[in-house]
Amino acid sequence: MINTKVNIAGVELKNPVMTSSGTFGSGREYSEFVDINKLGAVVVKGVADKPWNGNNSPRIAEVYGGMLNSVGLQNPGVDYFIKEDIPFLRQFDTKIIVNVCGHTIDEYTNVVKKLNGKDVDMLELNISCPNVAEGGMTFGTEPEMVEKVVSEVKKYADKPLIVKLSPNVTDITIIAKAAENGGADALSLINTITGMKIDIYKRKTVLANKIGGMSGPAVRPIAVRMVYQVNKAVKLPIIGMGGISNGEDAIEFIMAGAVGVSVGTANFTNPFATIEVIDGIESYMKNYGVSDISDIRGIID
Amino acid sequence: MKIVEDTVILKNTPINDNIFDMIIKAPAAAQYSAAGQFIEIYTGNGVNLLPRPISICEIDKDNGTLRLVYQVVGKGTEIFSKKKKGDILRIIAPLGNGYGIKTVKKSIFVGGGIGVPPLLEAVKQAEGEKIVILGFRSGTVLKEDFEKTGAKVLIATDDGSVGFKGNVVELMKSENIIGDVIYSCGPKIMLKFLAEYAEEKGIECFVSMEERMACGIGACVGCAVKIKNGDSFVNKKVCKDGPVFNSKEVLWND
Repeated sequence: MINTKVNIAGVELKNPVMTSSGTFGSGREYSEFVDINKLGAVVVKGVADKPWNGNNSPRIAEVYGGMLNSVGLQNPGVDYFIKEDIPFLRQFDTKIIVNVCGHTIDEYTNVVKKLNGKDVDMLELNISCPNVAEGGMTFGTEPEMVEKVVSEVKKYADKPLIVKLSPNVTDITIIAKAAENGGADALSLINTITGMKIDIYKRKTVLANKIGGMSGPAVRPIAVRMVYQVNKAVKLPIIGMGGISNGEDAIEFIMAGAVGVSVGTANFTNPFATIEVIDGIESYMKNYGVSDISDIRGIID
Repeated sequence: MKIVEDTVILKNTPINDNIFDMIIKAPAAAQYSAAGQFIEIYTGNGVNLLPRPISICEIDKDNGTLRLVYQVVGKGTEIFSKKKKGDILRIIAPLGNGYGIKTVKKSIFVGGGIGVPPLLEAVKQAEGEKIVILGFRSGTVLKEDFEKTGAKVLIATDDGSVGFKGNVVELMKSENIIGDVIYSCGPKIMLKFLAEYAEEKGIECFVSMEERMACGIGACVGCAVKIKNGDSFVNKKVCKDGPVFNSKEVLWND
C-alpha cells in the first residue's frame, strides 16, 4: 500500500494534486473529462468582490514550450461563486480552495468576509497576478506590502490561508518570509513569469495587453528552483506549480520541498492531465519503493 | 457532449497554396457535431502546447467523418498540413454553439476568406430558398461544393478575378440581397459591415466570431468577445458562448 495523503495547514488531501487557479474554472468544464473525485483539491479561478471584465483580446499567445496569457482575472464575482460554484463542487469528494483576488486590501477582505462560514476548505490569496494594473502582483513584489496585505486578510479569514507568490522578484525567499510573518498558513508558487511576444509580420505584440504571464513546461526549472529555495527559507507547507504535465514533473517539485502540486497549462494541452499526474505519482512510488509520499519530500539538500 | 477522440486522417490535400482539405474519421465527434461548431486539434508535440481551433466544414454522421478546410497560418496548422493519410490526430469536439439553422423561406449565407468553410454544412442543412455570397481576395475556395447544394452562389473578389469586384457587403448592396436570416463567418471587419447591412434591412443576422484561444471549452477565459450590456459590455467566451452570436449583441466599435 502506498500513501499519497498530504496535510496542508490542517486540511487533509487524498493526494497532493490540485488544479492551478485560472486553468480549470470551477471544475465544471473539465468535469466532462476528469473525475473530480480523484483530485486532491480544486483551486478555482480567481474570485473578486464584484464581477471583473478582464483585459481586451487577444489574451492568449503560444511561445516555445509555453504560453502567455493576459486574461486579467475576468470573473463573475464572489456572490455568483457562492451561489453557483460551491454547490457544484460540493457534489464531489475533493477539497475546495478559493483563489481570492482584489485591487485593494478592502477588496481582498470583502471577498474573504463573504466566504466566511461558507463551505470551502482553504483560501489562496492572489497577490501575484501580473495582468492587473492595480493590486495583483503590485501587492506581491514588495515585502512590506506582502506582510501588510497578508496580515489584514488573515484577520478576517476563517479558513487556512495560502499565499500565492510571484516569481517576478529578485529574491523570492524575502517575499516568502514576509508572507510567513504576515500569518500565512501555506505558500503556493509560482504564479506566471511576465513575458512578451511580438508578431514580427504585424509589427505589434500578440497580446492586446502587450505583456502577459508565461506558463507551461518551459518555466518548470525556474519554478522547481524557487520551491527549493523557499522550502529552505520558511517553515510553511508549499504547493508547487509551474509546467507540471506528468507524474515525474510532480515528483521533482515534491523532492524540491513541495507538499502539494498543481497542474495548470497542461490541462489545455491534455484535458486528462490532472489524472495522469496522479497516476504517474503512484506508479513512480510503486516502481521506486516509496511507501509514503512524505518520504521523498524535500530530499534535496 | 464534448469528447477527446483520436481520429484517423482519410484525406489531407491542398486546395491552393495554403488552404488544405482534410477529412478525418471521427465517429464519436461526428455523431454530436452541428453546423457552425468547431473542433480543436492537438499538435501532438511538446513545444506547441495549445490545440488549434478549426471550423467544421462538413459532417457525415453515416460515415462518421468530419471535413475540415483550413488555412496554414502558423506553426500548428503547418504541422497539420504535413500530416498524411492514415496519421492520427487527437481532437476535442464538438465545441461551441453552432448556427442553430432556422426554418424560414429564404436564407442568406455570407462568408469571407477562410470563414467560408463552416457555412457549407449550414447551407446543406437549411431548407427553402438559399443564397450564398462568398468573398475572397482572389480566386475562390469551395465554390463548386456550394453550387452542388442547389443554392444560388454569388462571388465577390477584391481583385475582380472572379465575379463581382469588391467585398461581399458591396455585392449585397448592389444586388439588394434580402431574406429572412443571415448566417455568416469571416474577418471581423466584414462581419461588422454585414451587421450594419442586416440592421438597415431588418434581417436577423448570426455571425461566427474568431479569437485566439487555449482550452476550447470555457475554462481558461482566453477568447473574450465584447457583448453589449446596457451602456457597457460584458466579455463572453468565443469557445463556449459562441462562436455564433446574434450580430445585434456584439459590441462592434471597441
